[in-house]
This record gives sequence, C-alpha cells and structure tokens, in this order.
Amino acid sequence: MLLIPCPNCGSRDETEFHYGGQAHVAYPENPTELNDREWAEFLFYRDNTKGAFAERWLHSTGCRQWFNMLRDTVTYDIQAVYAMGTPRPATTGPAASEPGTASTAADSTTTGNAAPSTSSSSTTAPEGATK
Amino acid sequence: MSNQQLPEHPDFLWRNPEPKSSYDAVIVGGGGHGLATAYFLAKNHGMTNIAVLEKGWLAGGNMARNTTIIRSNYLWDESAAIYEHALKLWEILPEELEYDFLFSQRGVMNLAHTLGDVRESIRRVGANKLNGVDAEWLDPKQVKELCPILNINDNIRYPVMGATYQPRAGIAKHDHVAWAFARKCDELGVDIIQNCEVTGFVKDGNRVVGVKTNQGTINTEKVGLCAAGHSSVLAEMAGFRLPIQSHPLQALVSELHEPVHPTVVMSNHVHVYVSQAHKGELVMGAGVDSYNGYGQRGSFHVIEHQMAAAVELFPIFARAHVLRTWGGIVDTTLDASPIVGTTPVENMFVNCGWGTGGFKGTPAAGLTFAHTIATGTPHKLNKPFALERFETGALIDEHGAAAVAH
Ligand SMILES: Cc1cc2nc3c(=O)[nH]c(=O)nc-3n(C[C@H](O)[C@H](O)[C@H](O)COP(=O)(O)OP(=O)(O)OC[C@H]3O[C@@H](n4cnc5c(N)ncnc54)[C@H](O)[C@@H]3O)c2cc1C
Ligand SMILES: [Zn+2]
Repeated sequence: MLLIPCPNCGSRDETEFHYGGQAHVAYPENPTELNDREWAEFLFYRDNTKGAFAERWLHSTGCRQWFNMLRDTVTYDIQAVYAMGTPRPATTGPAASEPGTASTAADSTTTGNAAPSTSSSSTTAPEGATK
Repeated sequence: MSNQQLPEHPDFLWRNPEPKSSYDAVIVGGGGHGLATAYFLAKNHGMTNIAVLEKGWLAGGNMARNTTIIRSNYLWDESAAIYEHALKLWEILPEELEYDFLFSQRGVMNLAHTLGDVRESIRRVGANKLNGVDAEWLDPKQVKELCPILNINDNIRYPVMGATYQPRAGIAKHDHVAWAFARKCDELGVDIIQNCEVTGFVKDGNRVVGVKTNQGTINTEKVGLCAAGHSSVLAEMAGFRLPIQSHPLQALVSELHEPVHPTVVMSNHVHVYVSQAHKGELVMGAGVDSYNGYGQRGSFHVIEHQMAAAVELFPIFARAHVLRTWGGIVDTTLDASPIVGTTPVENMFVNCGWGTGGFKGTPAAGLTFAHTIATGTPHKLNKPFALERFETGALIDEHGAAAVAH
C-alpha cells in the first residue's frame, strides 16, 4: 500500500486515490492536422519509464483534486508532488517528500490541462509522446 | 482427483554455454515465450545457430509466477484463433517435448454475477462455438454440480447467476513447461545463456546487427524481443516506442489442502480466480495494481480484496492461510491483446503485450513468432496482432469481452 502525500490533505492510504497515468500529455494543439500515426501516439502511446516517472493521481475519496507526482517505478519511492499545470520538478535528492516540501508548492486550484510549455509550434506528437 | 506427485526432475536439462561472438538470431528473454520461440525456430525453420539471452535465471520472470490458467474462450475471431491454436498445441506438447508437465484439462468456469455478465457470457459461448472452441453455459445448479464448494446462494453481494464453462481448459506446471522447452532447445543446439542482460543494440543505419550485453557484444542477423514487462525498456534502447504499460500483478497460494477444488473458477466481477495445484495449494490471483510498476511487488489491499471475494464465493476457504504472495510485471496494452510482429527497426521483431494472460498463449506465440522471425513476414495467426493496429484502429478489444484476462 502506497502512502501518498496529497498536497491538500496530507498523507493518505493509496486506496483513497485513483491513478491517472503519465502526466504532461497535452491534447494536440491542432487536432485536425494530425495523421493516423500521430493520433496513435496521442491515444495509445504513453511512456513506460523504469525509474522516476511523472504521473497523475486523483484524491477521489478526499479533496477530489488532481495533482502530479514524481514516483520511482522500481522502488515506488515518492519523490515529489506538485500541482497540475506546473512543470515536472528536477529531483536529485532522496525519496519521499512530505506535502509542502516538494520543490513546487502544491496549489489545488489548477484544472486539468497539464501542458507546461506554450512555446511549441509543433502540431505533431503531443508533449511527452515522442521519446 | 487425488494429490498428484510432481514429475520426476530430469537429470539433465540444458548446458550453460559461453555466448558465441555471433548468431543467426538472438532471442531476448528466457521466459516461456522466448524459449518456445527458440524451440520452433530450431524445429520448424532449421535455425539452430541461435541463442536465448536471459538477464536473470531461466523462467524467473512471469513464466514461473503466473497462475497457469490455460483456456481459449475469447470473444473475437482473431483471439479465438490464436488461443485455440495454443490450446491444441498444449494437448500435444507433453508428448512432443517428451516431458509430462502435468497439463490437466480440468475445465475453466467464468462466473456471471450480473445481468450484464449473463448476456456477455451467453454471447461469448455462442461466438466460441462458431469458432470451434468448446463452450457451454451453465446455470447455478450446474455450476454447483461441477464445483460443490462454490456458494451459489443469493445471500451474498454478487450471487452466482451462471457461468461459462470450457471443459478442455485447465492448468499446467509452469516451471516444468519452461524446462521442457529449454531441454528440447538445448538438444537442438540452441544456446541458453543466463545472467546475460541486454543493455543496448548495435545498428547499421536502421538495421540491427548486434546486441550489447553484460557478457560482451554479440553479432546477430536478427533479434526477437520476448521481454514481457521489460519490453518498453528494450524498445527504448532500440529507438522505438511500444503502446505498453507495465503493471505489478500479484498472486498467492495457501498451505496444502486435501483436494477440494476440481476445476478452475474465475470471476471477473468480484475479481478473483482460484484453482488447486496438483500438490494441494489453493492458487489465487487478482487484478493488476493500478499504477505503473517494475518492482515485482504490488500493494496489499489488492490481495485483501481478492481474498474477500474468494471467501464469499468459497466459504470453506475462510480458515485457509496465505502461505506466500508474490508479484510479476505484466505488459498491458489498451485493447488487452498482444503485440506480435515487425518493428520500426529492420530485422528486429517483437512479441509482447500478453499482459496478464500470456502463459496460455506460450506455444502459439512461439510457433507464430518463430515464423515471423524466420521469414520476416506475419503468420496468419499473428497478423492481426501487429503493431500497426494502433494506427489503423483495428483493435482487438478483449477487455469487456473475455472477462478476466488471465
Ligand atoms: C501473478 C501472475 C499471474 C498470471 N496468471 C496467468 C494465468 O493464469 N494464465 C495465463 O495465461 N497467463 C498468466 N499470467 C501472464 C503470463 O505469466 C505472461 O503473459 C507470460 O509469462 C509472459 O511471457 P514470458 O513467459 O515469456 O514472460 P517472462 O517469464 O516474464 O519472460 C521475460 C524474460 O525477459 C527477461 N528480460 C527482461 N529484460 C531483459 C534484458 N534486458 N536482457 C535479457 N533478458 C531480459 C526477464 O528476466 C524475463 O525472464 C500471469 C502473470 C502473473 C505475473
Ligand atoms: Zn486530498
């Protein structure tokens, strides 16, 4: 059982949360210009990182807010929690930060779209989908 | 049914050779699929100058961690074809491999607990029959006759409303299956190299020409990936992506009991599946942990959940003890169907995405993947499972359809 530090509620059992998969996958900027290959990337391809992985969680039986979390997929150590819409923090340090000590202060008021970059003019693969 | 003795352990299984500097083909992953592929490459295609590279010990991955359920009662034509072909191979393999790995066709029941389940089940029985797969619909009384320890009363949260039944389905001893393939591979000249981790690939342009390992670089004409939960990691080394997410999947056994459970019972709705191993342990599995994981362990609440379901369905299990729990890493796809075929890298082929249910597919995966590696073209049974389906949209959605995907 993971003990997950919700940025709003503090540490709670994993059973209170819902997993949302890879974070930072933005809806394509120009959907009408995508070809089948690019749609496949957006719909079906996600990173499957062995190691530090940025993912989304929903505190479904608590504050009902989405947030991002950086977790090691081998040790399951939680390295950071941070708000939707903010970029993935750089982590070098050891695991398991408490709420509030994550490198980006959690702010529960952000909504679902998690594209940190606005400079991209790319109409092709969504962010995070081209590794 | 009586408690059966395990097969006697053969004196000799395989050599442990040093890797040669070059092979005609290299298979990455010494689980069931890698071994079966190597066996059929040697036997059907005369490719004997080949190696199976395994980073740990043979069958130390999902192959010897699964709950060994073998069945072919899938909904869609493409799945029924490949899984039924596998089942037919299971029926002849003990003789062909000269190894009795206790393939026991004790039948598999998939329980229905809701009206939706009932409709899906009856539809699947019809589809199975049209595809030549043995299938029956059982009412609760018939369920009870086949498996007397099942609780069919309606005083539980999700009463048993019936079940599909495949009489030819069953279980086998998974580690012995691996050893049976490995021994035949070795006899045919295949090098099985354990403790040999692939760490990268050598490419000439877009063509793979070698593999880098912790035991040095090995040149090869062709590479077949059979790395299950680690498929994405290998694909990334080779420079392409796979639509795979790796999840922990757990199972457990009880201490040994008198034979009480004559068949295999699976319930998608309350999510548990149970059989009794030949020695007498109750073997139970559940669903995947929700998060991506490579840790070969999952969370305890998943086990608690599956035990609750098991005790409600089988009240006599209430006093049984959990002896051992473990986890594997399963390679899931969004349509719950495997990926077998060519890759964006020339001469590199991939067999993965079997997820929570690839043990049953082992012989057909091996047979058809060997064909694809040897000829560079799809086999008619694996053609629908190529990577391209995620672009064309021709998905083979066995999620809702085949109930529990084990
Ligand atoms: C708990 C559990 C229960 C299951 N129950 C069932 C069931 O009842 N019925 C069913 O049909 N299926 C079941 N499955 C699924 C089934 O076990 C798998 O689909 C199947 O075993 C996958 O094929 P494999 O045997 O080749 O995989 P594995 O045995 O996992 O083989 C892959 C191998 O690749 C090796 N490898 C990885 N990376 C490298 C590298 N870089 N270099 C070299 N080697 C590498 C690994 O060490 C591993 O040995 C279950 C799985 C689990 C975990
Ligand atoms: Zn919360």
